[in-house]
Amino acid sequence: MSGLKKGSEIIIEVLQEEGVDVLFGFPGGSVIPLYDALYDCSLRHILTRHEQGAAHAADGYARATGKVGVCIATSGPGATNLVTGLMNAYMDSVPLIAITGQVATHLIGNDSFQEADIYGISIPITKYNYLVKDVNDLGRVLKEAFYIARTGRPGPVLVDIPKDIQEVRTKYKPVKEVRIPSYHPTIKGHPKQIETALRAIKEAERPVAYVGGGVISSGATEELQQFIRTAVIPITTTLMGKGSFPEDDPLALGMLGMHGTRYANYSIYYSDLVLALGARFDDRVAGDVKKFAPQARIIHVDIDPAEIGKRVNVDIPIVGDLKTVLGQLTGKIKTVERKNWLDRIAQWKKEYPISYAKEGGLKPQYILECVNAIKGRDLIVATDVGQHQMWAAQYIQSRKPRSFITSGGLGTMGFGFPAALGAQVGCPDKTVVLISGDGSFQMNIQELATARTNNLPVKIFIFNNGFLGMVRQWQEFFCSKRYSQTRLEFNPDFVKVAEGYGIKGKKVLSTEEVLPAIEEALSYQEPYLVDFHIAPEENIFPMVPAGKGICEFFEEC
Amino acid sequence: MRQVISVLVRNHPGVLSHVAGLFARRAYNIESIVAGVTERSDITRITLVVAGDEAVLEQVTKQLRKLIDVIRVIDLKYSQSITRELILMTVYLPAEKRVEFIQVANSFGATIVDISDQTATIEFSGNERRINTLLMALGPFKVKEIARTGLIALPTESIVADSREFLA
Repeated sequence: MSGLKKGSEIIIEVLQEEGVDVLFGFPGGSVIPLYDALYDCSLRHILTRHEQGAAHAADGYARATGKVGVCIATSGPGATNLVTGLMNAYMDSVPLIAITGQVATHLIGNDSFQEADIYGISIPITKYNYLVKDVNDLGRVLKEAFYIARTGRPGPVLVDIPKDIQEVRTKYKPVKEVRIPSYHPTIKGHPKQIETALRAIKEAERPVAYVGGGVISSGATEELQQFIRTAVIPITTTLMGKGSFPEDDPLALGMLGMHGTRYANYSIYYSDLVLALGARFDDRVAGDVKKFAPQARIIHVDIDPAEIGKRVNVDIPIVGDLKTVLGQLTGKIKTVERKNWLDRIAQWKKEYPISYAKEGGLKPQYILECVNAIKGRDLIVATDVGQHQMWAAQYIQSRKPRSFITSGGLGTMGFGFPAALGAQVGCPDKTVVLISGDGSFQMNIQELATARTNNLPVKIFIFNNGFLGMVRQWQEFFCSKRYSQTRLEFNPDFVKVAEGYGIKGKKVLSTEEVLPAIEEALSYQEPYLVDFHIAPEENIFPMVPAGKGICEFFEEC
Repeated sequence: MRQVISVLVRNHPGVLSHVAGLFARRAYNIESIVAGVTERSDITRITLVVAGDEAVLEQVTKQLRKLIDVIRVIDLKYSQSITRELILMTVYLPAEKRVEFIQVANSFGATIVDISDQTATIEFSGNERRINTLLMALGPFKVKEIARTGLIALPTESIVADSREFLA
């Protein structure tokens, strides 16, 4: 049978051609042929303990490295366990390939054992998806999948491959060029729109750049920094945009939105020109869009035309890739004096700094200040979802792209830990710190085994307040402290759980213990867990209640 | 506001799910959706009638263009396109009403395609207004069943065709 290749061998060949070096997955009946082919190939496979962990790990890997993440699951429950991970990647535009096994083609549609219509299920949660019914399509489909995942606005692509297609042999000719006649992302900004934008920037007295994850996806952070510094425009980033511009720079305003800094929100509100760059006016950012930037003209640059005009009316739309568009803009930009505006912002910064009450137990903000002060290491901070995530967004000053990994659009509790593991796999020389909560961590706690098996030296910092803290905070403010189902009455001893998995750990109850614990955690070349027992009812401020204008802050009682 | 949108897509088994699913998950109101092959076997034309305000219709168009399988999206203005729908309609037809029924059908150019001792089925194609007029004219007859294809459309290539459509 020389010259003929099995479907499973074609999969591996394309993965290698595409530069994949690691897969995250979990085997099962319908992917046995694929795992058999993996057995003696050079691709590294990380066995997670749940398919959701595999999807998030591949996602974290992609976010940290900028490469396409790949995960594998079997048919039926394996495939459906990927659903949250796919949606999570889709919402945050992360390039991901999910390869799922499917029951053999002759069994499809018979409610066969472990059959799920993952093609149908994944239509609304992927950028594109495939069900391969002919082994002769397999090579082309996989090449297209990678191409679609990483070009344009990146996103997850699922390829569902029936078991018999993995086994059958065919004459395989590598596909050299991908051509999809209906898919042509626009890269270059329209010259006329660029001119209009340049004029608006020149005329503006109070411009603000509002920057999202698109700048990072596009690899445009250098172009952004050059543009911002040349044009002298204050810049606020979304949760996804963190790291696109050094947050300790005087022009940086930190994050905007529901838990953004007051000065970022004020700057947007009082601006006369908003430059939205690779951002999508999410409701957690823009709040009531009518009160977002009432006096401002809006320039919106995005590679996805469907984002333009979706939530706000845009005065100057530019469709294109940010790296290219920012290059086009910077080439012609003039430095403008904006002293009054910068002074006004400096005043807001002085008047309304991010702050917290130092007394009242172990403060999460303090722990994050200590993490932020870690010196001499290339740090990646991954977070889960909830209060700790917002505190991290406020107190961790990101200076580099791909150094803050968090679930933005979907807000997936349980994302952080597997994503941190994926980031560590992709960046073995960096220090990966996971900021998680006692609620979030328990949603993928089984991945402690993955961390241990592969000796992934992630520092797991659990902000343990015995509550589902974010919902508790809303219940405190909006439901008269009726803490319905948000008290985690019984939490395990996380240090003992870690020990059970062969992972060292420490419980921290007081402020004095924080720094030594962090130092100890960092001293190990292996995973380490710190269970920080933080002030249980600490709240995240500032806060703009859902649906309000970005300057309608909830006043602390 | 209603809009006829013609969408050219790559022809494969999942493509209709992708398009129809978009309307469901984005909560767009879809009045009719028709898919059929075109002059090229690898391309399907999907004709949609969508209701919504201007902003919604713009989003519909953009979201459709975003689908990987979508090759082209064309907004078809009623005044600049030829629209047709095919209707099959079975009515209860007592013998004494036969002549009257045949007269109405003939005056519209509808074809009687089946006739039994109690019913008759006609076939008619036209633009929306012509179909509605026919339905009104057949008002006195008791309807048993109706099947409609939904609207298909092509842009007009000439002014003459344009005005003919207006007059039709």
